Amino acid sequence: MSADVRADGPAREAAGVATRASAANGGPLLDVRDLCVEFQTRKGVARVLEGVSFALGPGETLGLVGESGCGKSMTALAIMRLIPDPPGRITSGEVVFDGQDLLKLDDATMRDVRGNRVSMIFQEPMTSLNPVFTVGEQIAEAVRLHQRLERRAAHERAVEMLEAVGIPAARRRVDEYPHQFSGGMRQRVMIAMALACNPGVLIADEPTTALDVTVQAQIFDLISDLRDRTGASVVLITHDMGAVAEMTDRVAVMYAGRIVEEGSVEEVLEEPLHPYTQGLIACAPGRRTAARGEPLEEIPGTVPSLLERRGGCAFADRCKHVQPRCRELQPAELRIAGGRRRVVCWLFADGGAR
Amino acid sequence: MNAPRSDAAANASPHPEFEALSPSKEAWRVFRRNKAALLGLCLLSLVVLTMIVGPTLYPVGAFDLMGAPFTEPFTDAKVWLGTDYLGRDILAGMVVGGRATVTVGLSAALITVTIGILVGALAGYFGGWVDEGLMRVTELFQVLPSLLFAMVLVTLFSPSLLVVTIAIGAVSWTSTARLARAEFMRLRKLEYVSAARALGAGNVRLMLREILPNALPPLIVSATLIIGVAILFEAGLSFLGLSDPNVMSWGMMIGANRRNILECWWGVTFPGIAIFVTVLSVSLIGDGLNDAFNPRLHQR
Repeated sequence: MSADVRADGPAREAAGVATRASAANGGPLLDVRDLCVEFQTRKGVARVLEGVSFALGPGETLGLVGESGCGKSMTALAIMRLIPDPPGRITSGEVVFDGQDLLKLDDATMRDVRGNRVSMIFQEPMTSLNPVFTVGEQIAEAVRLHQRLERRAAHERAVEMLEAVGIPAARRRVDEYPHQFSGGMRQRVMIAMALACNPGVLIADEPTTALDVTVQAQIFDLISDLRDRTGASVVLITHDMGAVAEMTDRVAVMYAGRIVEEGSVEEVLEEPLHPYTQGLIACAPGRRTAARGEPLEEIPGTVPSLLERRGGCAFADRCKHVQPRCRELQPAELRIAGGRRRVVCWLFADGGAR
Repeated sequence: MNAPRSDAAANASPHPEFEALSPSKEAWRVFRRNKAALLGLCLLSLVVLTMIVGPTLYPVGAFDLMGAPFTEPFTDAKVWLGTDYLGRDILAGMVVGGRATVTVGLSAALITVTIGILVGALAGYFGGWVDEGLMRVTELFQVLPSLLFAMVLVTLFSPSLLVVTIAIGAVSWTSTARLARAEFMRLRKLEYVSAARALGAGNVRLMLREILPNALPPLIVSATLIIGVAILFEAGLSFLGLSDPNVMSWGMMIGANRRNILECWWGVTFPGIAIFVTVLSVSLIGDGLNDAFNPRLHQR
């Protein structure tokens, strides 16, 4: 691949300087603090996110894992401020990106952040491209939303980006329509659009869920590769524990709108603390279970409805180690290893011993 | 991927049959196969051509008295289609009359579609109270009997072509608005709209660039049919004498000759045929466009 993804206009350089300045302070690039999101439904208020906090350093990759419906995508949408309002609403919290609280920005400034400094790719590549425009027009449009670029220059940039995401014969295919691309190719185009302005953070919301298994690894490789070349931080939302192990530096495990465990990828995968994390890892088809021909483990039950939440730990009904107090009180957060590792479970609240 | 490649290699498609077909080209391909629609297109071209070059080729004043009143058609080579009760040349009226009728029809359809898309887009895209408010206004216009309302508008102001055009536009935008609203409501929830929003596109851009092009096919079809309706509407108003009396139009010819319909059948028949052919051709085209834009019918 020959295209230089870094090659860019002056607007981008200014942003790059700002990003580096914040990184030099040693602070995180993206700092989500105590984010709460509510949805107004006919049956009442659903508290979709409850006090979600995590930090993402420059160039770091955070894996956000958990079952469907536990708030992973909501976290991503809340960071981008794309939660449909009404019925959804961010009730409290901060999303500090590069020293700015995104939740306090006015709409015009926020639009300039989206796609330019924080980008997102969605799970459905088949329907995420506008069918009436060529992929080149759409990538060029993504660039021209944020940079003053001639039509021709934007088109060149589109070709460059298509080459960067590994689409063969990019110069010809840039003028083709989305329906002429396969699912994996379309996801590559989506990645090209998301990275066209060299954002500081890329949020990938289950980027491979809708794709063929053989293509999934390619897309993960592509994201890692582009991350390494552009220095972007990545929030990877996924079910794929293999991808988490391979791609991420840190992992946050979500359950019912909360982060129940967070730590470095080695810590969390090697020595999961929260019973839910243990269950998730046991569910993943690993080499050992497959060799023995045993059925995969499962976590009994399903994620509880967010509407009928009682006090106590949301995982209590499905937990092997449930204690009486689990059902009464929300467990406190235990921070270990200088706060870089944390777990929310009564098992560890009394000093970390199991 | 790293292999050096010449531009020629990049441009030579390995599958020539999969050439990049834009949606509009694809639609034209399907439209072309529709015989009725092509016939409509030919008829309309003929009508429009007559409108444009007809008066130059047949320079006879439509209001001039060219012969004896009630001259039968095909009897006098000077007034080939006969004369009306005042002795005015019917053929001259036919040639010139299309201008007013078709112009008013087209502009009224344009007004209709513009208002309709604007109202429908805002209502469908924003939803909530914007939708509520705009839809109540739409319903208000829908429950008014449109011909009567247009007549009131024309009689309130002077009966000029402009007023007639605006009156027709003002009474017929509601169906387009509802159609546009439905399309915008459907499309605003699609992933590519969310994706564009995530790339930093604002509301106006999302409406104009992401949603509108995808909402256009049914709107184009309905616009075509509205042209037909607007032409009929103009003819109806002229028939009732509610059009500019100084501008010859097919509707006005029919209106003027209706009292002598028994002794002078040609006075109403020829302009009637002209209106019929024009509206029919527009409808055929609309039908063809509907087939062309509707992917479910492509297999037929």
